[in-house]
Amino acid sequence: MGSKVGAPEKLIVNGKRLDGRKLNEMRKMDIKIGVIPNADGSSMVTLGGTKVICSVYGPKEVLPRRNLDTEQAFLNCVYGMASFSTPERVRPGPNRRSTEIGKVIADALAPAIFMEKYAGSEITIIMEVINANAGTRTAAINAASVALADAGIEMRDLVCSIASGKADGQLMLDLFEAEDNFGEADMPLAVLPRTKEITLLQMDGMLSTAEIKKLTDMSMKACEELYKLQKKALQEKYETEKDASE
Amino acid sequence: MAILKPYFTDLLTKDKREDGRKLFEYRDVVIETGAIERANGSARVKIGNTEVLVGVKLDVGTPFPDSPESGILMVNAELLPLASPHFEFGPPSKDAVELARVIDRGIRESHAVDLDKLCIKPKEKVWMVFVDIYPINDDGNLFDAGALGAIAALKTAILPKYDEDEEKVLHKELTKTKLPIQQIPILTTFAKLNGKIFVDTTMREEKEIDARLSIATIDDETTSAMQKGGVGTFTAKEILELTEKAAELAKKLRKLIPSK
Amino acid sequence: MTEKIHIKDKEIVVPGALLAEGLEYLPSGRAFRDGENIYASTIGLISIKGRVIKVIPLAGKYMPKRGDVIVAKINGFGKFGWTLEIDSPYKIDLNVGEISMNYIDLKTNKLSDYFKIGDYVFGEITDITESGYMSLTAKRRPYRKLVNGNIIKVGPTKIPRIIGKQGSMINMLKDMSGCEILVGQNGLIWISGEAEKESKAAEAIKLIERESHLSGLTEKVKSMLEGK
Repeated sequence: MGSKVGAPEKLIVNGKRLDGRKLNEMRKMDIKIGVIPNADGSSMVTLGGTKVICSVYGPKEVLPRRNLDTEQAFLNCVYGMASFSTPERVRPGPNRRSTEIGKVIADALAPAIFMEKYAGSEITIIMEVINANAGTRTAAINAASVALADAGIEMRDLVCSIASGKADGQLMLDLFEAEDNFGEADMPLAVLPRTKEITLLQMDGMLSTAEIKKLTDMSMKACEELYKLQKKALQEKYETEKDASE
Repeated sequence: MAILKPYFTDLLTKDKREDGRKLFEYRDVVIETGAIERANGSARVKIGNTEVLVGVKLDVGTPFPDSPESGILMVNAELLPLASPHFEFGPPSKDAVELARVIDRGIRESHAVDLDKLCIKPKEKVWMVFVDIYPINDDGNLFDAGALGAIAALKTAILPKYDEDEEKVLHKELTKTKLPIQQIPILTTFAKLNGKIFVDTTMREEKEIDARLSIATIDDETTSAMQKGGVGTFTAKEILELTEKAAELAKKLRKLIPSK
Repeated sequence: MTEKIHIKDKEIVVPGALLAEGLEYLPSGRAFRDGENIYASTIGLISIKGRVIKVIPLAGKYMPKRGDVIVAKINGFGKFGWTLEIDSPYKIDLNVGEISMNYIDLKTNKLSDYFKIGDYVFGEITDITESGYMSLTAKRRPYRKLVNGNIIKVGPTKIPRIIGKQGSMINMLKDMSGCEILVGQNGLIWISGEAEKESKAAEAIKLIERESHLSGLTEKVKSMLEGK
C-alpha cells in the first residue's frame, strides 16, 4: 500500500493512536432500539464517528414472486450510504461496493436466523450509513442483529461484528478512517457469540498467518463485549414493555 | 384504508382530528442541526412521528452556461424503504421526485441561497450546493418536514476550504464561512378531505385525502412556491385564504429554526 | 449430567440466551433445544412451570393458526372468493360460501357486490385448504363484513393485555366508550360508534399498548375515557 497522498506522518504516537485509543481498544458503541416506528424492528448504532440506522420488515409476503423460496426465508439485505455520510458526497443509490456489502452482511446474518421457519416469506433488512468513519459494515451488522431481535424474528443467537487490522506495523482493533485508508490491512469479522462460529470474514491488505490468528483472537474477544452491549440495549428497551398479565 | 374516510369526515365536520388536534394545528415539531459530522450542514426534523434527516454537501464544479457566475443548487430526496413499508427499492419514484422538486422550488424561487455569492472563477468554478433529504420514518407530511430540514441545514451550513492552486475542495477542513442565506422559506401543506381543509396530515389521514396544496412563504409573507397534488380540487377562494393561512403558520414554524 | 436453570421467572431474555441445561427441561414457546441445552429464540419473557421453560414473545409478526379470530382486509379477487391481507406473510382466502348462511350463485351475482378491495371482514380461521392456504369463515354471528367505524393496528403481542383477564379490559373499554369493539388476534381492531368516541377508544387502546407493563393501567384508561 505504499505512501499515499494525505497520509499522516505517523498513525501511532507514543503507543497511542491518533484518536487517543490503545491498540486493542474499540471505539465507543452506542445502541438505540426501536427508532423507526413504521418498521417491525429498528435500531441506530454509533461506533465512534460511524452512525448506521437499520430497519427490519418481516416476515412478509415475497415480492417479486420470483424470489419466493419454499424451503427458507428470502433475506433481502440492502446496505447503503447516505450522500452526506462521507467527506466527498456520494451519489445516492446502489453501487458495486454497497451491493457486495449487502451480500456479505446477508451471509453473516442468515446463519443466526431460523430461516426454515420463515419459508415462503421475506425478511427485509435495510441499513443506511448516515455518517461514515470506517467500520461501517461492522456497525451495520450489529445494528441489523438487534433490529432483527426487535422485530421478534426467531434467531439462534445475536450476531456481533468488529474489524481489526494493521497500521504502522502494529496490530489493532476497530480501525478508524485514517488507519483504514493508510494502514496495511483491515479485517472485518462477525461471529455468533454462543457457538463462536464466524459468519463474516473479509480481509484486504497483507498479513502473515500469525497476525491473522492474533487479530481473530482480538476481534472475538471484542465481540464478547459487543454481545453484552447488544443484550443490555435490548433488555432495557423491553424491560419497559414487559406484559404484566401472563 | 377506505373504511377510514367516513370516520375522518365525521370528525372533520366537527372541526376535529383523531389525535385531538385542531384543523390548523401542527404536531410537535423538533428541529436539531449539526448532528451529522460529515455533512457541511445537517438537520434532523421531527413532526410528530415523522422524522427526516437532511444533509447539505458542498463541492466545486463548472457553472451552467446560462449562469456563468452563479453557484448551483440541487435538491434531492431519497425515499428509502427503511422509512415505510410503502416505499419500494429502485430509481427515484414520482413521489420522491415531486417531494424534492417542491422543496427545491420554495428555496430556489425565494433566492434563499444567494447563488451569486458562490462564484469562485467566472465560467469555470462555482460552489455546488447539494441538499439530500432522507426520510427516516414516514408518518405523513414529508413535504413540510423535509422543507424545514432543508432550510435549517442550509442556514447552518459551513463552507469547506477550497485549494485554489490544486483546484480542489479540502472536504475535511472547514472555514468559518457560512453559506450566504438571505431568506427562510417555510413550506406549509394543506390537505382537503370531503371539502374540509386542514394542515399537517398523519399517514393515516394522508391516505384518505382528496388533494393537497403546499405553499412556501418567506419572511415578508410573499409566496415563493405553490404546488397542488392529488386528484381532488381547490376553489380560487380557498387558495387565496390558504396563502394567508400559510404565512401565519410559516411565521410560527420559522421561529423553530436554530441559528446554528 | 448437570441440570441447571440459568434464568428466573419473568426475566427478559434475548435470542440465543441459555435458559437451562439438561434433557429434563422442556422448551416451550419461543425456546429451542440445541444439544442438551435450551435457548431462547426471540426477545421474550420467561415463564417457568415445573420443568417447562416457556419464552413468551414480546415482539413479532402475527402467525395465523386455526381457531384464531381476526380482522382481515380484502386485497384481491379469486375465482370463488377473495384473498385477504392480515399483516402476516401467510395467505388467507375467503370463499364465497363462507360469508353467508344462504347460497350465493356466482352466475347471477358478482363477488364485488359483497366485498370490494379495501373492505374489512371479521372472521375465524378454519382449516388449511388443499392449495396450502388457510381459509376464513364469516358466515356465523358475530362474524361479518365491517362497515364504517375506525380501524387501528396494534402489536399482536399486546392483544392479551387489551382483552384483559376474562375480557375485563375490553369490556370496560366498550362500556365506557359506548362503542362496539372487535379485536383481531392479528392486531387489527375495529371500533364503531360515534366518531369522537371511536377516537377516544382508539387512544385508550394505544395507551394500553404503550404501557402494558405498568401498574395502575386500568385506572389510567378509566380516567382517559371519563374526561380529559
